[in-house]
This record gives sequence, C-alpha cells and structure tokens, in this order.
Amino acid sequence: MTIPIEYYLILSGFMFLTGVVGVLTRRNAIVVFMSIELMLNSADLTFVAFSSYLGNSIGQVFVFFVMTVAAAEAAVGLAIIIAVFRNKKTVNIDEINILKW
Amino acid sequence: MNLYNIIFYLFAAITLVSAFFVVTTRNVIYSAFNLLLTFFGVAGIYVLLGADFLAVVQIIVYVGGILILLLFGVMLTNKIVNVQIRTGATQILPATIAVGAFSGILISLLVNTEWKKVGTALPGASTTANLGMLMMNEYILIFELLGILLLVALIGAATIARK
Repeated sequence: MTIPIEYYLILSGFMFLTGVVGVLTRRNAIVVFMSIELMLNSADLTFVAFSSYLGNSIGQVFVFFVMTVAAAEAAVGLAIIIAVFRNKKTVNIDEINILKW
Repeated sequence: MNLYNIIFYLFAAITLVSAFFVVTTRNVIYSAFNLLLTFFGVAGIYVLLGADFLAVVQIIVYVGGILILLLFGVMLTNKIVNVQIRTGATQILPATIAVGAFSGILISLLVNTEWKKVGTALPGASTTANLGMLMMNEYILIFELLGILLLVALIGAATIARK
C-alpha cells in the first residue's frame, strides 16, 4: 500500500515500450501479434491502476471492453495470418506485400 | 520493506523480464510461453490493485483463449522440424530512434505530471457486484455492442480461415 501510483505507470510504460520494439523490429507476423497483446495489456494495467487509486470501478469496466476487443482482434488476425500462409507459404511480413501497388 | 512491496516487485520483475524475452527470443514457441508468464504477472498485479475478478478474467481470456489461439497459429504456420521457426529482427536503427523518442515523451510526462493521491490501493469492498451494476446500467449499450462485435468476429474469422 505504500507503493505510489507512479511505479505502476512506469511498469506499464516499460511493457508498452517492449511491445513497440517487438512490433517495429520482428519479422514474424505472430510475434508482432504477441507484441500487440503486450501493448493492450499494458494499457489495461494503467486503467486498473488509476481505477484503484481513484477508488472508482469504471476503469475496470473499460478493461473488460479492451479484453473483448483484444479477443476479437486475435481471432480475426490469426485467421488472416493463416489465410495468407496458405497462399504465400510464409508469415514473414517483409515478404507479404500483396496490398502494395 | 513490507510484504506488499516485495510482492509488487516480484510480479513486476516477472512481467518485465518475460515481456523482454517475448520480444527478443528467436524461437516463436518460447515467445508464446514467455507471454504466458507475462499474463500471469499482470494478473498478479491486478490482484495487488484490488481487481480480483479482473485477474481471474485475465487468466481465463488471455491464457485460456488468446494464448491458445496464438499457439495454434504458430503450429499451423511454421514448420517445426526445420529452422524456419526461428525468425530474426529487422530495422534495428529506426526502431531504436522511434522507441527512444517515445520513451523520452513518456518519461517527461511521468515526471512533470502531478498525480492525484487519493486513498489506498486496496478498496476492500467486493468488486464484482460493483462491476456488474456498472456494466448492466451505465454501460449497457457498449456491453450489447461488444456482443455483436464478438459475433461478427466469430463469423469473420471462420469465413476467412476456411478454404
């Protein structure tokens, strides 16, 4: 209880930065996906920290909404990755350029 | 240094170290298992912050749902037997510059903002009843829309992944 809110914010900030590094540097589409989940989780952590320190549950309700959207995003994204893999035989995002013209 | 602080630092260390390994490990399977540890660490911090129900939902939805889905994705798209499952990194220098600038913004925000100090980290009362009331009264529209979103995502994912 003696922990100030800044510590939680620093933790979630570092988690978010780790996710950004993963999205920017990795080539495998599934690892990019995991990094996006990390970023969503760090946003959730910030919501919960603020909701707890303000004595207010609305932040936790929003975390539920974020989790739902994350689940929907994971399902659709993995379906897209599998469809692309079936056509191109790769999940390397440097080689997937069918949306370029 | 009481027990509360020790538990916080323990879970924070688990979360950060395993998040680091998710991004840096070259084997995709190891990334997925480190992501499991990250989710558990975040769930522990939720419990520490008094959001017990949310911690259980985190474990059920993320570990039981999303992580299994990601593992299926790894199994379906990579050839386990050869070295194709190992993938490297790219564009280190632009990423370093972008992340450095972004972390500078975050740190300056964190230092310069006067955070409101209200109450303690543990509300003590039951969180589940409160959450249910909020979701069924004030945010009922968003709740219903999320149901529709999940249905659309289900149908869309099945359609896209089908041959």
